[in-house]
Amino acid sequence: MKDWRYWLAEQRGTLLAFGIFIVMFAIYSGNHPAGFTANVVQTAANKGVLLAFVAMAQTLVVITAGIDLSVGMIFTLTNCMASWLVIGTGLETAFGVLAVLGTGLVCGAVNGAIVIYGRLQPIVATIATGAVFFGLALLLRPVPGGSVNEDLADFLTGRFFGVVPASLVALLVIVLVVWVPFSRSEFGRAAYAAGSSETAAYMSGVPIRRGKFLAYTLAGLLAAIGGLFLTFFTYTGEAAYASGNAYTLFSIAAVVLGGVSLFGGKGSAIGAIFGALAFRTIGDLLFVFDFDPLWQPLFQGVILLIAVSLGAFALFRVRNRLEWFL
Amino acid sequence: MSETTLGGIAGRMPKFLRRADPAVVTAFACIVILLLLGSLYSRSFLSPEYLLQQLKVASFLGVIATGMMLVILLGQIDLSVPWSVATGAMMACAAAAYGPVGVALAIPFGVLCGVAIGLVNGIGVAYLRIPSMIITLATNAVAQGLMVVYTGGFSPQDSATAAMRYLATGFTIPGVPNAVIIWALIGAAMVFVLTRTSFGRAVYGIGNRERAAYLSGIDTRRIVLIAFAVSGGLSAFGGVLLAGYASKAAQSMGDAYLLPSIAAVVLGGTSILGGRGSYLGTVAGVILITLLQSILSVMQMPEAGRQIIYGVVIVAMLLLYGRAPASR
Repeated sequence: MKDWRYWLAEQRGTLLAFGIFIVMFAIYSGNHPAGFTANVVQTAANKGVLLAFVAMAQTLVVITAGIDLSVGMIFTLTNCMASWLVIGTGLETAFGVLAVLGTGLVCGAVNGAIVIYGRLQPIVATIATGAVFFGLALLLRPVPGGSVNEDLADFLTGRFFGVVPASLVALLVIVLVVWVPFSRSEFGRAAYAAGSSETAAYMSGVPIRRGKFLAYTLAGLLAAIGGLFLTFFTYTGEAAYASGNAYTLFSIAAVVLGGVSLFGGKGSAIGAIFGALAFRTIGDLLFVFDFDPLWQPLFQGVILLIAVSLGAFALFRVRNRLEWFL
Repeated sequence: MSETTLGGIAGRMPKFLRRADPAVVTAFACIVILLLLGSLYSRSFLSPEYLLQQLKVASFLGVIATGMMLVILLGQIDLSVPWSVATGAMMACAAAAYGPVGVALAIPFGVLCGVAIGLVNGIGVAYLRIPSMIITLATNAVAQGLMVVYTGGFSPQDSATAAMRYLATGFTIPGVPNAVIIWALIGAAMVFVLTRTSFGRAVYGIGNRERAAYLSGIDTRRIVLIAFAVSGGLSAFGGVLLAGYASKAAQSMGDAYLLPSIAAVVLGGTSILGGRGSYLGTVAGVILITLLQSILSVMQMPEAGRQIIYGVVIVAMLLLYGRAPASR
């Protein structure tokens, strides 16, 4: 059999997202006043990886046919936390980073426990836990402020060898350390199986509960990594409701652009990363074409609307009208 | 064993209690407990003035939650509430700036803008088969974008018309705020539609199993479209009332209504999967949430603590009676 065809069919969403990103980035850097330089790439990468981390987090949950509307709030909470803890000597900073990542894991585990063992609908449960996480963030940072270990921050937001953006390398490392082992493990397969058909997966003895729980927990971890990087870029912590909500929204947009099915069981975090980078680049296109920044929210909204409407093309393939109703 | 005990208790209860949904009874019981707890803190919690004031504040959420309930009964969700509310408020105030005709048409114009958002949602969900969670998030973003462009990023300077202020804060019947009357009228209309019309039966039918509803001859797509349009319109109307209450519109005025409206509907025993729930439950949920917010603010709980308690209470109450059946 032709293996590459199966591979191509499976990766179609990811490749499409990759293509969109390349085209968008070419337009972006082509029209940027400074052109395609290391500086432009670094700035774009730093903005893009934040959303990429949150989008990866969202992907893990969406694969299980759930949704995590609290990722943006975990992102905000860990940002506030990092602005207190990731500071001081090398050892203190290391402990701070571990504490922040641990918080993310706990947040994700709480979501997972409520959804899987509490048997609540993910959408309502994560809206409610999102309120709790935002409350905690506000408790930590009633007003924006704090600081971060600037040596570490500059190292991770700078460039390696003068060309390679460090944040992209960090993203690659996280993909290799978190996503690749997860998606190839028994639990990763269980997460996919649960998203594809929970009943069938259950009947086949797949550990769906542990798979889904791990997906939610790792989603918390990835959102926390995003929050950590936000602190590295801004040097401060801020409990901003609007920004947390925006990241949740954009993560869903990135996931859709990245070819991950919202019905679960299909797609990969790699696709979502390219979806996130593409979404960010589209948002930044306005700047290189000298539009009023006021138009940016509308532009992003319309892109989002178009992206989600693309799924409607599948309707043309429907032969039996009963297939309208899933 | 527990079932027989419950049956024994139910057997001794009056008929109307036996027929009631346990979720609705729990929600009302929680309201009473909250009031008692509040009265321990301050005696004024049981005064008629305080209760009426709470009902008035609840009526804004009540109007918005009514639309949300219609959509949730279909098994869908409307996440475009925040900017439907803000759009309704801003457009009504904007219309008021265009002379006497604008003032007269302010309220219908605001509501129509909400209906337009709802129609886009409805077309997306019903005809393009996009998951409602996604399309409503997208229209929310578009509505936000439009309003940001329109207002230039600041809160608009136009103020609410006298009619809007009268609807939100005036008194037609002495002692009963107009907002409460409006909520009662909308609620009565909703109860009528849900229980006495074919549209209402179709909504429950689609919520239970859309495929079966379609096969029994219901134009399910039209019903879904109408439900989303009504939801958008009611959200915008809630925004119009809020603008009348605050006498102007603001950028993020709707943000505080998304979670409460969903929570009110779900706490009132309506299944988030659709097809099951009563309007009485939504009323209980709305009052419960308003009281909770009010008590937390009277106790001078900071915003952070309020958000935390709020989220915890919603999860706890859902764990009490909103759980899905185990997959066995």
